[in-house]
Amino acid sequence: MTLPVVPSDRPPDQPARLVDDFTPPLILPGEHHMCPGCGEPAAMRSTVEIIDELGLTSRAIGVFGIGCYTGFSGALDVEVLQALHGRAPSLATGVKRARPDTVVFTVQGDGDMVNEGLQEVIHAAARAENITCLLLNNGVFGETGGHMTATTVLGQRTKNTLEGRDASRHGYPILIADLLAGIEGSAYVARGATNSAGNVARTRRMLKAAFAAQAAGLGFTFVEVLTMCPTGWFIDTAEAPGYLAEHLAPVHAIGVLKDVADDG
Amino acid sequence: MEGSEAIAEAMVAAGCRFFSGYPMTPFTEVLEHANRLLPPVGGVCMNAESELEAVGMAWGAAATGTRSATGSVGQGLSLMQESLSEICFAQLPLVVLNMARGQGDYFQATRGGGHGDYRHIVVAPADIAEAVRLIQLAFHLADRWRNPVLFLGDYYLAHVQEAIEVGALDFGPLEAKDWALDGSSSGSGRAKLISPIIPVKRNAPEPVDYGTHLASIGTRVAAMAAQVEPLVETGGLEDAELVVVAYGTPGRYVRYVVGRLRDQGVPVGFVRPVTLWPFPSAAVAAAAEEARAVAVFELNSGQMVDDVRLAVLGRRPVHFIGGISFDSSGFGIAPDLDVDVVSARILSTLDQVRKEPA
Repeated sequence: MTLPVVPSDRPPDQPARLVDDFTPPLILPGEHHMCPGCGEPAAMRSTVEIIDELGLTSRAIGVFGIGCYTGFSGALDVEVLQALHGRAPSLATGVKRARPDTVVFTVQGDGDMVNEGLQEVIHAAARAENITCLLLNNGVFGETGGHMTATTVLGQRTKNTLEGRDASRHGYPILIADLLAGIEGSAYVARGATNSAGNVARTRRMLKAAFAAQAAGLGFTFVEVLTMCPTGWFIDTAEAPGYLAEHLAPVHAIGVLKDVADDG
Repeated sequence: MEGSEAIAEAMVAAGCRFFSGYPMTPFTEVLEHANRLLPPVGGVCMNAESELEAVGMAWGAAATGTRSATGSVGQGLSLMQESLSEICFAQLPLVVLNMARGQGDYFQATRGGGHGDYRHIVVAPADIAEAVRLIQLAFHLADRWRNPVLFLGDYYLAHVQEAIEVGALDFGPLEAKDWALDGSSSGSGRAKLISPIIPVKRNAPEPVDYGTHLASIGTRVAAMAAQVEPLVETGGLEDAELVVVAYGTPGRYVRYVVGRLRDQGVPVGFVRPVTLWPFPSAAVAAAAEEARAVAVFELNSGQMVDDVRLAVLGRRPVHFIGGISFDSSGFGIAPDLDVDVVSARILSTLDQVRKEPA
C-alpha cells in the first residue's frame, strides 16, 4: 500500500491566516513572553475572566509589581498602574481611597510581595483595605533566573541555594497566606494553583469569591496562586506540575484559609 | 497662623484631596493639619506605615487624577527617592513637601537621589505668605508638566506664626486629565496604562520601547528647564560690590541684613532664588556681572554654591560664607541664623574682595 504524501513541491495557494481569534475577553491579541510551562498565564487569564464574569470590567484597575508577570501589564485590556518592585499594595491603596467606586487588584510574585515589600501587604490587610491582592508564588525569582525567595521550600535547589534551601543557613519559608488569614482586617484568604485543570477550576472559584467580597465592600481579600516555573526550578517542563504538587503544595497548602462571608 | 497650618490650608484651597505621610518633625504638623482639613472636604489623609508607603499611596491617588501630595523631611525623602524617579518616568503630577532640618537637602532636592535621568521642579519659600502662594503654584505646575514638584520648607517656615489669609489662586487653565484611571476604559479595547517602563499597551498603534520612552522623558526635562519660569527676588543690586545669594529662611535673613547694611552705606545686594530648579542662573549671572564678587550663604557645607558657580562661570569670584549650623535639637534651629553673624560674614567678605585685584 502506498501512503499519501503531502505535496510540498509548490508554495501554498495563499499565506497562512488567522481564521478566528480565540483570545479570551480582556486579553489583547498577541504573544506572551513567558517560558514554556510557566504557570502564570493561566492565573492571569483566570483573573480577568472572573472580572468579566462578575461584570466588574468597567470598574477594574490592576496594579502590577515587577517580575515575569509584569509583561501582562501591557497585555490586558484592563486599566493598569505599573508599580515598583514590592510596592503594589500602597499604590492600590491610593487608587482605592481616591476612587472608592473602583475594583482594584494587585499582581505580585513571591519575590515582590514576600521579600521586597512584605510589610505592604500585611498593613493593607490590617487596614482592611478593600482591594484584592494576588500572589503568583513559584518559590523563586523567576525573572532573574531562579534564585531563592522568602517562600522557597526547604530542600529546594535554587541558584543561591545550590545544595537546596537549608534552614540552618537560609531560614524557613514564610507562609504568607496563613499569616494574612490571622489578621483581623482580612475578609477572604485562599491559596490555589495552576498545575492541573482541577486546581485551575478551584483557583477560579477562589478568585470569584475574592472579587465578589471586594465588590461587596467586605475588606481585604487575598488569593495566592502556586505557579510552575520549570526554568527557575531547573527541571523539564512536563515535570513542573508534578514538582509543584510534590514539593510546594505540601508546605504552601492549597485551600480556603478564611472567608468571612461564609462564617455563620 | 502657624506655617504648617497655612501650608495645609493652602493645599486644600489648591484642590488637594489626597495626602499621605509618616510623622517626622518638622513635617509632622503639616500631616496633622491635613488629617484635620481633608475629610470635611471629601478628601483623604492616610497615616502611612512608612515613607515608602506614603509615597506609594500618593502615587496611586495621583494616577486617578486626584490632586495629591506627600512629604517628610530630608531623611524620609531619602527613602522615597526610588518612587520619585519612577513617578517622573510615569509622568504623574505630585506635590512633595520637604519640611527640612537645616539646608542639607539642596542636592537631594535639585539633583535627586533616585535613579535615571529625571528632575523635579523645586520651589523654596522664605516666609509663610510666599509658602501659601508657592504650594498652590506647585499643584498647578505638577499638573501642567505631569511631573512631581518639590516644596522645600524648613523648621522656621513650619513653626513661625504670621498673620495670613489663605485663598485659592488661579494660575490659568490646564488640560483635562484624560490619562487618569477610573476603570472605565477597561474592556474597551483601549484600556489605559500608566507605567514608568513602557507607557502603552501591546496593541498600541505606535509601539514604544523602554529606551524611546526614557529619551522622551529627557526631552520633557529639557522642555521644563527651558519653559518653567525661574522665580527670583533681588534687592540692592545697583552699585553693589558684593552680591549675596541665599534661599529659604536664610534668604529672608540675608534680605534683612543687606537692607540694614545698605542703610549704613555698605554697597551690598542680594539674590534669593525662589525656584531652585530651574535655577535662576540668568538673574545670578546678571547680578554678578555688575559686582566685584558673589557670596553664597546657605546652612550646609556648600551645595547651592555649585549652581551659583555654574551661573557665574568663572567671571567673578564666588565665596562660600555659610556652613552647617545646628543646635542640640537637631532640627536645624541654627545659631548662625542670626543677623549679627550674617552681617559679620558679609562685611568680612566685602573687605576680602576689595583687597583682591579687579
